[in-house]
Amino acid sequence: MNRYPLWKSLLFAGVMLLALVLALPNLFGEAPALQLSRKDGQLFVGQTAVDQFRDLLVADKVIPDTSFVQQGRVTLRFADVPTQLKARDVIEASAPGTYAIATTFASRAPEWVRSLGLKPMSLGLDLRGGIYLVYEVDVGGAVKQTLQRLERDYRLALRGKNIQYDSIEVSATGLIVTLRDASHREEARAALSAVDPNVTLVSGADANGLATVNISLNEAQVRQRQDFAIQQNITALGNRVNALGVSEASVQRQGANRIAVQLPGVQDASEVVRLLGKTATLEFRLVDHEANAFEAQQSGHVPLGTKLYKDRSGRPVLLKRDVIVTGEQLTDATSTLQQGEPAVSVRLDGRGGEEMLRTTRENLGKPMAVVFIERERQLREQNGAKVAVDVSREEVISVATINGVFSNQFQITGLAAREGQELAKLLRAGALAAPVYIVEQRLIGPSLGQDNIDKGVRALVIGSAALFLFMAIYYSAFGLVANVVLLCNVILLTACLSLFGAALTLPGIAGIMLTVGMAVDANILIYERIREELRLGNSPHAAIKAGFEKALSAIADANVTTLIAGVVLFLFGTGPIKGFAVVLSVGILTTLFTALMGSRTIIGLLWGRRATIARLPV
Amino acid sequence: MEFFHSVPRFRFMAARKICYLISILIVVGSIAAEGLHGLNLAVDFTGGVVIEAGFAGVADLDKTRAVLRETGYPDVAVQNFGSSHDVLVRLPPLGEGVSANDVTKRIEGALRTLDPTVQIRRTEVVGPQVGKELFVKGVTALCITVLLILIYIAFRFRWKFGVGAVLATMHDPFVVVGVFAVTGITFDLSVLAAVLAVIGYSINETVVVFDRVRELFPVMRKATPAEVFDRAINETLSRTIITKVATLIVVVALYLFGGEALRGFGLALIVGILAVTYSSMYVASGVALDLGSAHRDLMPSERRTPIDDMP
Repeated sequence: MNRYPLWKSLLFAGVMLLALVLALPNLFGEAPALQLSRKDGQLFVGQTAVDQFRDLLVADKVIPDTSFVQQGRVTLRFADVPTQLKARDVIEASAPGTYAIATTFASRAPEWVRSLGLKPMSLGLDLRGGIYLVYEVDVGGAVKQTLQRLERDYRLALRGKNIQYDSIEVSATGLIVTLRDASHREEARAALSAVDPNVTLVSGADANGLATVNISLNEAQVRQRQDFAIQQNITALGNRVNALGVSEASVQRQGANRIAVQLPGVQDASEVVRLLGKTATLEFRLVDHEANAFEAQQSGHVPLGTKLYKDRSGRPVLLKRDVIVTGEQLTDATSTLQQGEPAVSVRLDGRGGEEMLRTTRENLGKPMAVVFIERERQLREQNGAKVAVDVSREEVISVATINGVFSNQFQITGLAAREGQELAKLLRAGALAAPVYIVEQRLIGPSLGQDNIDKGVRALVIGSAALFLFMAIYYSAFGLVANVVLLCNVILLTACLSLFGAALTLPGIAGIMLTVGMAVDANILIYERIREELRLGNSPHAAIKAGFEKALSAIADANVTTLIAGVVLFLFGTGPIKGFAVVLSVGILTTLFTALMGSRTIIGLLWGRRATIARLPV
Repeated sequence: MEFFHSVPRFRFMAARKICYLISILIVVGSIAAEGLHGLNLAVDFTGGVVIEAGFAGVADLDKTRAVLRETGYPDVAVQNFGSSHDVLVRLPPLGEGVSANDVTKRIEGALRTLDPTVQIRRTEVVGPQVGKELFVKGVTALCITVLLILIYIAFRFRWKFGVGAVLATMHDPFVVVGVFAVTGITFDLSVLAAVLAVIGYSINETVVVFDRVRELFPVMRKATPAEVFDRAINETLSRTIITKVATLIVVVALYLFGGEALRGFGLALIVGILAVTYSSMYVASGVALDLGSAHRDLMPSERRTPIDDMP
C-alpha cells in the first residue's frame, strides 16, 4: 500500500477547485465595449441609467449584447467593432459633450460570473492595442527652479536688511552670494538662513577677493524637490488620463524620474499627447462675499473688479480680480490632520509669503479661494489657416475663511475626509511644473494586437498538444498523469495571474509556454527515478515512494535557481519584460506545487490503493 | 518507450579538455562576431523610430525607401516583416525637439501615397537615453542573477560547484548572443528576456547533474572523482534528453507559430537549450572536477572523537 496522506490530496483538490473557478472568466474571452462616464464627475447609479442608453441604442437599431453599471460607469458590450463604433456615435450625438465615451473591451463572461467579482486576466497593450507613453521629468530643471526661487527670496531678504551685495548667481547645485563688504558677512548669513534654515551656508571669497556666501541644498532637500516634481506630474497626468475616460488606463512611476502612461484601446496618439500636455497653475484670490454670485450668474452682470467662477460642483463663486499668489509661488502642499480634522498644509516662497501676510492682515475673517487653471494649446481653423490657441479651464477648488494672519506657511481646514488629499494633490499639480519630455511613445494598432493573440494562442495550443502526445507515448499511463498535472499547472497559473490582476502580454504567453516546457522536467525527473528504482529490482510501491523522495532535492534546487533569475528579471525589467518575469516566477511556484503534490495525489489515487502492482505503466 | 534500457557508460569527462577548447573558441568567436558585425539591436536599446505597416499587396521595398528618402529621411531602413505585404520602417533616434507625432504622421502620409489603404500596425518612438539605460539595466540584471546563483549553489553544494555552474551559465548567453550577432537577427527586449531565461534554465540543468554527483560520492568511495562525474551524467542522461525534447517541442512551436513578434524569443531559447545541454555536461562538471572536487567536499563530516576522551 502506498497511499498519499489524505489531507494533502484534499488540499490539492481544494486548491485546484478554487483555481478552476478563478480561471473560469478567461474562458469566455472579450468583446468590444463602450464605457461611459459623465464628464461632470457624477456617477451613474442603478438600472435606469443603463436602460436610458439601451433604449437610445435600440431605437437606432444598434443593439448591445449586454449592459450593466459598475463603479458609477455604464458598460455596453457589442458583438463587433463596427457596432461598437456606431453606438459611440449615436450616444455622442444624443448629448454632445456630456459623456466621456471610452472604447474598450469587456468580458463575455455571463452575469453570474461577473456577480461573483471574478475577472479575467487583463490584456497588455501588445495584445489589445493602445498607446504607451513614457514621460521623463527633468528633475535637474526642477531643482534649478527651486534655486531660482531662493535667489528671488534672498534678494528680497538682503534688501530688507539693507545689506549690499554684488551679485547672486545660480549654479547647477547651489547659489553664490557675493557681498560688497566683508564686514556684513555675519549679518548676511543670518538673513539668508532666515529664508530657509535647512540650506548649507559656507563662507568664501571670489577671484577678486570679495566675500561670498556659498549656498547649497542638502541632499534631503534635493530629493524632496525631485520627488515633488515627479509626484506633481503623476497627479497631473493621472487627472488628465481620468478625464479621457479610458478604462484600465494607468499612470505609474517608472524608475527614478520617469512616468509611464498606458492607454489601452486608444489609437489617436497626437490627440492624447496634446491632451496630456496641458499645463496647470493656481491663483489664490479673495472672494467677493458681498455680492450674490447666483444673481450675477443669472443676470450676467458681474460687479466691477470681480470675475465669476464655478466650483467643482458647478456652483458660482465671485472672486476679486487681484491675484494674491500664483502656483509658481507654491513650494509644497501636503494633506495632514489638524486636531483630528483633515487639513492641507501649504508652503509658499518668500515673495508669496509677503503678499499673503499683507492680504491676510487686511482681510481677517473674510473668505479666500484657490482657482485651478488648466491650459492647453489647441489647433483651430481660422480663415482657412490653422492657428494655435491657448484654451484654459478654470475652476475653484477651495474656499476657506482667513482665520488668522499668516505668511508663507498656513493650513486649509474644514475639509471632508477625502477632500484633504484631493486638494493637496490639486495644489501640487498647480504648482510651478517641472518640465517633462516624452522619451518613449509606442502605438499598437488593434489589428496587430488581435494578430498577436491569435498567433500566441496558436503556438501555445500546437506546442502543448505536441508535448502531451510525446509524454503519452514515452511514459504511457504515467505520461497521461503528467499531462493532467501540466493542465492543472496552466489552470493554476491562469488563476494566480487573474487573481493578481496581472496583464497578459505577448512575452507573458511565451512565459506560460516556457513554464509548460520546463514543468514537465519535474515529472520527468520523478519518472526517471521510478524507472531506475524498478531496474534495481525494487517493488513498484517502493519505486514510486523512492522516486518522489529522491527527485525532490533536484527539483527544488533547480527551480529555486530559475526563480532567482525570474525575480531579478522582475526587479530590473519594465513593461512587457516585467510581465514575462511575473509569469515565469509564478509559473515556477505552481510547477513545484502541481508536480510534487498533484502528481503524488493522482498516482496515489490510481495505483496507491492496490496491494500489489504487477507492472507500473511508466 | 525508453531511450536507454540500462545506464549508459559514456566517458564524458575524458573529453572535457577538448570541450574546454571548443567552449573557449565559441566564447571568443561570439565576442569577435559581436565586435565585427555588432548586434542588430532593436530600437528598444538604440532608440529611434519603428513603424510597422501592412500594404494591401506585395510591398515594393525600393519604392518605399525612395519615397521616404524624398520625405526627408535619408537614414531610413526598410525591410519586410513577417510577410511580403508587411514592412518595417526604421529611423535613427530623433533630434532634440522633434515631435514623435510629427515624424510618424509624415511617414504615414508618405506611405499612403504608395497605397492609400496602408494600415499602420504599430509605431514606436524611443529616446536614445531610454535605450542606453535599458542596456545598462539588462547587463546589471545579468550580473546580479549570476552572482545570486553562485551564492546559492555554493551554499547548497560547494564553491567549486558554484564556479563550475557559473562558468557554464555565463557560457550559454555567449552562444545565444553570438548566433544573433552572426545572423544579424534583431536583438530586442524579448530576446534579452529569453537570454535571462536561458541562464535560469542552464542552472536548472547543472543542478540536476550536481545533485546526482552529491548523491553518488558517498556510495562510490573507491571510484575516482572523474568516474563519479561520468556516472552522474550517464545516470541523468535519459532525463536530460527527454526534458530537452519536451522543452524544444514547445519552444519550436513558439518559433514557428508565434508570429514575427515571438520569433527572436523562440530562436534564442532553441539555441540556448542546445547550448545548455552541452555546457551542463562538460563545462559545469568539468570545471568542478578540475577545481579538485573530491570525496571530502561532499561527504557528511565525520564525527570527531575527542582525543582526551580515553584515559
